[in-house]
Amino acid sequence: MKPPPFQYYDPSTVADAVGLLARLENAKVLAGGQSLMPMLNMRYVLPDHIIDINKIAALSYLREENGALVTGAMTRQRDLEFSDAVKARYPLLHEAIMNVGHRQTRNRGTVGGSLCHLDPSAEIPTVAAAVDATVSVTGPKGNRDIAFAEFPAGFMSPAIDADELVVGVRFPAWPKGHGYGFVEFARRHGDFAIASAAALLEEDANGKIKRASLTLGGVATAPVRMRNVEKALVGQTASEDVFKDACEECRKIEAIADVHAPAAYRQHLAAVLSRRALVAAHGRVGGRA
Amino acid sequence: MSKTRKISLVINGKRYDEEVEVRFTLADFMRQQLGLTGTHLGCEHGVCGACTILFDGRSARSCLMLAVQADGHEILTVEGIAPSEERMHPLQEAFRDNHGLQCGFCTPGMLTTLLEFLPDNPDPTEWDVRIAISGNLCRCTGYQGIVDAALDAAQRLKAEKAAP
Repeated sequence: MKPPPFQYYDPSTVADAVGLLARLENAKVLAGGQSLMPMLNMRYVLPDHIIDINKIAALSYLREENGALVTGAMTRQRDLEFSDAVKARYPLLHEAIMNVGHRQTRNRGTVGGSLCHLDPSAEIPTVAAAVDATVSVTGPKGNRDIAFAEFPAGFMSPAIDADELVVGVRFPAWPKGHGYGFVEFARRHGDFAIASAAALLEEDANGKIKRASLTLGGVATAPVRMRNVEKALVGQTASEDVFKDACEECRKIEAIADVHAPAAYRQHLAAVLSRRALVAAHGRVGGRA
Repeated sequence: MSKTRKISLVINGKRYDEEVEVRFTLADFMRQQLGLTGTHLGCEHGVCGACTILFDGRSARSCLMLAVQADGHEILTVEGIAPSEERMHPLQEAFRDNHGLQCGFCTPGMLTTLLEFLPDNPDPTEWDVRIAISGNLCRCTGYQGIVDAALDAAQRLKAEKAAP
């Protein structure tokens, strides 16, 4: 028996869950459990109360609405993996999902759990940054929407109050024919990425870049949009050299260092993976390969 | 709120009604309370895959679930894979014939993982298999025997399906 003692609650409605969060001190929300359960097993977290939201059916859905993919907080990563709509119209998200852990963890892991855990190298927050996703939260004061750019308050800390619950996410679609590329560097398939890059491109008929999005995961304390690179790319004719030059900017990023890689190595990966993601995205513009 | 709860679940076709401590992981519950020691615990934080079970038909780490979360659900462990006491499952036979195990510690997780994967991917490539078992660590075989066994099992399952 590894987890420390706690009181266990399994509410079946969002209102009940929010009520418990408001009432209980030192409570943790249990979603898919693929991060919180290891932390409990290792006694890295010691909550007095566990609020298991797996029984809240209303938090598990996947639909398209006004040009965006809308999912519940408890929608499983598996549901995105096997969704034809995600594959067809949100291919960056689909490619990223295939890098999230393993099938055994995607079967349980959730969209909301990954966003709230906010591991710097997690794929779903990286895509959320890339497409300017919106996170919906509910609390005692009602509902509010948070632009993903404002969502990370710091290292593994979402900008939500202790009595607020993430209930859903909105991933805006890019137009038909856009290019996408998600690449990551890890020691083993499914491991935490040491660094990752997500790229989206829109080009005109002559290969001139109309719109670009480039996001780095695992490099800084939270996913980073490389706005300067995006700006430098718009108006240029796409080519590997153009991408390579623009991505040099990524070496200047303030990178984290840990047992897996020093900061300088992450900065190097940032430039290389960014170029690869953009090359992949360019190669897929207009449905090419 | 008490620290224990009554749960009812079905494991390998058999129904269990038990009182469990809420902080018990599903893996520890099955091994320690029910004596179902076929499911192995390696890392106990979701990395090694030895504790993989099928939860309502889908592979999951039993060390990353609480036993109370299994209330009302159906579980398949390595003990429930063989069709009878006398006969092994084609996947198990393929593991035996291709040196798919040495010490056997990772085998319960390998088998349950492949049991979910193979029906969805009846003709996998070697690469598909390697990705499918990337969440299961084996420290003996170097994986080659396991990959061979999985590819062989895919053919055996297809032949079995085609047979009248």
